[in-house]
Amino acid sequence: MKPHTLSILVENKAGVLSRVTGLFSRRGFNIESLAVGPCEEPDMSRITIVVIGDDEKIEQVMKQLNKLIDVIKVSDLTNSERVERELALIKVTAELGTSRAEIMQIASIFRASIVDVGAKSLILQVIGDTDKIDALEKLLRQYGIKEFVRTGTIGILRGSKTVSSLK
Amino acid sequence: MKTGAKILVESLQREGVKTIFGYPGGVVLPIYDELYDSSLQHILVRHEQAAAHAADGYARASGHVGVCLATSGPGACNLVTGIATAYMDSVPIVALTGQVPTNLLGNDAFQESDITGITMPVTKHNYLVKDTADLGRIVKEAFYIAGTGRPGPVLIDIPKDVSTKVINEPPVPEKVILRGYNPTYHGHKRQIEKALQTIADAERPVIYAGGGVIISNASAELVDFATQLGIPITTTLMGIGCIPCDHPLNMGMLGMHGTEYANFAITECDCLFSIGVRFDDRVTGKTDTFAAHAKIIHIDIDPAEIGKNKHVDVPIVGDVKSVLRDMLSMLKKNGLKEAWLKKVRHWKQHHPLKCPSDGGLHPQYIIRQMSELLNGDAIIVSEVGQNQMWTAQHFCFRHPRTWITSGGLGTMGYGFPAAMGAHFARPDLPVFDVAGDGSIQMNIQEMGTVAHYKIPVKIAILNNMFLGMVRQWQELFYDRRYSFTELPPVEFVKIANAYGIEGVKVECSEDVLPALRTALDCDGPFVMDFRIEREENVFPMVPAGAAINEMIGGHPR
Repeated sequence: MKPHTLSILVENKAGVLSRVTGLFSRRGFNIESLAVGPCEEPDMSRITIVVIGDDEKIEQVMKQLNKLIDVIKVSDLTNSERVERELALIKVTAELGTSRAEIMQIASIFRASIVDVGAKSLILQVIGDTDKIDALEKLLRQYGIKEFVRTGTIGILRGSKTVSSLK
Repeated sequence: MKTGAKILVESLQREGVKTIFGYPGGVVLPIYDELYDSSLQHILVRHEQAAAHAADGYARASGHVGVCLATSGPGACNLVTGIATAYMDSVPIVALTGQVPTNLLGNDAFQESDITGITMPVTKHNYLVKDTADLGRIVKEAFYIAGTGRPGPVLIDIPKDVSTKVINEPPVPEKVILRGYNPTYHGHKRQIEKALQTIADAERPVIYAGGGVIISNASAELVDFATQLGIPITTTLMGIGCIPCDHPLNMGMLGMHGTEYANFAITECDCLFSIGVRFDDRVTGKTDTFAAHAKIIHIDIDPAEIGKNKHVDVPIVGDVKSVLRDMLSMLKKNGLKEAWLKKVRHWKQHHPLKCPSDGGLHPQYIIRQMSELLNGDAIIVSEVGQNQMWTAQHFCFRHPRTWITSGGLGTMGYGFPAAMGAHFARPDLPVFDVAGDGSIQMNIQEMGTVAHYKIPVKIAILNNMFLGMVRQWQELFYDRRYSFTELPPVEFVKIANAYGIEGVKVECSEDVLPALRTALDCDGPFVMDFRIEREENVFPMVPAGAAINEMIGGHPR
């Protein structure tokens, strides 16, 4: 059982997202994260879904996804060289004159940027893979996280290969 | 300039539709107005569920796409069971529903329901038409999707203003091109070679054939292949009819209520050639012990079925007919597996299906009499439960598409309306619906429809005043605690008479054949109320979760 990152190319039409996510819940697969947006083709969208399961389960979910008429291509990026990123916005408690400096130091180690400075809080923006964001969250917890907002994972293959060329 | 309703009706006619089953209502008024003087035959059912089942029965009997039509809200929702039934058994239907006008969508308007949302899990695809200009293309796509690849139901939801709007009809594309939908029809050559080699290497091969053989119209190829290599065939409930019942290689149905010999053969085989099947739990019983010693070959047009429930050694994605034709053309002669065939013959001889003969009125006897009288030249539809299993076991089917039953979903109330649909597909054949007293009461209102149009469906009710299959389980596994399965007696002939339908009540076995003859000779619909032994069971039976060779109610081994 490990996380698989599925890249799903779909028709850019109303209702497609609910067809895809409905299929996951109906067949008993838990979605770990989800990201949807436009892609290189104007009339298509890309859905990136991280799902945990053994290889047989993942193969079944991919086959079921392929049966949806509006799904054009499903690829599992998990076993390929790839870049994966998430973005998180973290609102941390930071009263003036207390731990601000420490938090800013941590931010710089993680190459996170401070995107808002308030009297009692800071907002950090961080980009990275799941592990990096998890690590930063863990470190910041001691200062008090007021709010934590995180996108789903998106992924792309390294080199000139594209997911369309994957089997 | 045309209205959407006119475009719809013309599009249906372009697809070759002759008959549709439907029920009118507010938002489909424009469509019904167009049907009023159209050459399309419209059959007014008495409940929308029956329209969906009738379209399904039509499709199964003919192999062509069946069509049903309902209004928005409750009308559309009433189609859902029928659509789900068709989905589970891969039946091509196009369901048309009316919808509230586009400006009211999402406002909880009168008789609004999100039917595309509701049917998403039980349709192959569905559409909500937002623009009249898309209607012609969508109808064409819907028929294409429903009828190709692994067939299935497609729903088109049509808001009222889409039907009434008058437009200059845009040209409909000649060919449907959907970049996300490209079924694989031809099997991979190397996989086919591997399959042939696996079969040639086997000592004890068995063919396990399902509904995919019927859908693909590949019965002749299947029988040819099996005969040339001398391989015994067992069929699923959905595969019945793909080989004549009395063919020497036929072992009948396998699984929970399969024949003992089919289940023995599966358990002992060393090569299982699976064709158009899906390893359903009612077939496999405990999956670990199902064909545990066999190399498994599996042909299916739907790649998602391969390896879903059971590991497959040689997968072949493709249309059954195309793959079997390729296999036949590449076939090398090899000797028949005489020892294995002898063993199967021995099992068949010593473990036949039982037909009690103690003077009571037994359902098995009724089905066998029906079978003898009709000699395979009829369409037999069933409801769900004991009636369905007795028919599957004891009727001798000789042709594909003459056995119509709800397999996957197991929908009580399916048979009667599906039989109406089957009649319009094959008006040349007598159509019998084998029912139980429970099932028939789930769509008994369709007596109104068959009386109205004089549809000559013959209803044989195996009346035991029980919900028999559930009662059987209660008897065997719940200490005879018959919780809510007993039904008070109903005089079905009187109900039939009230609709203007002839009928007869039968209480002893001598009267069975005369009743069947009267039904067959009668021009219109006919009801037979057979008062059978109340606590008759369907045997043999594999208890839920057991291995399929662990049957109860069979012969001592």
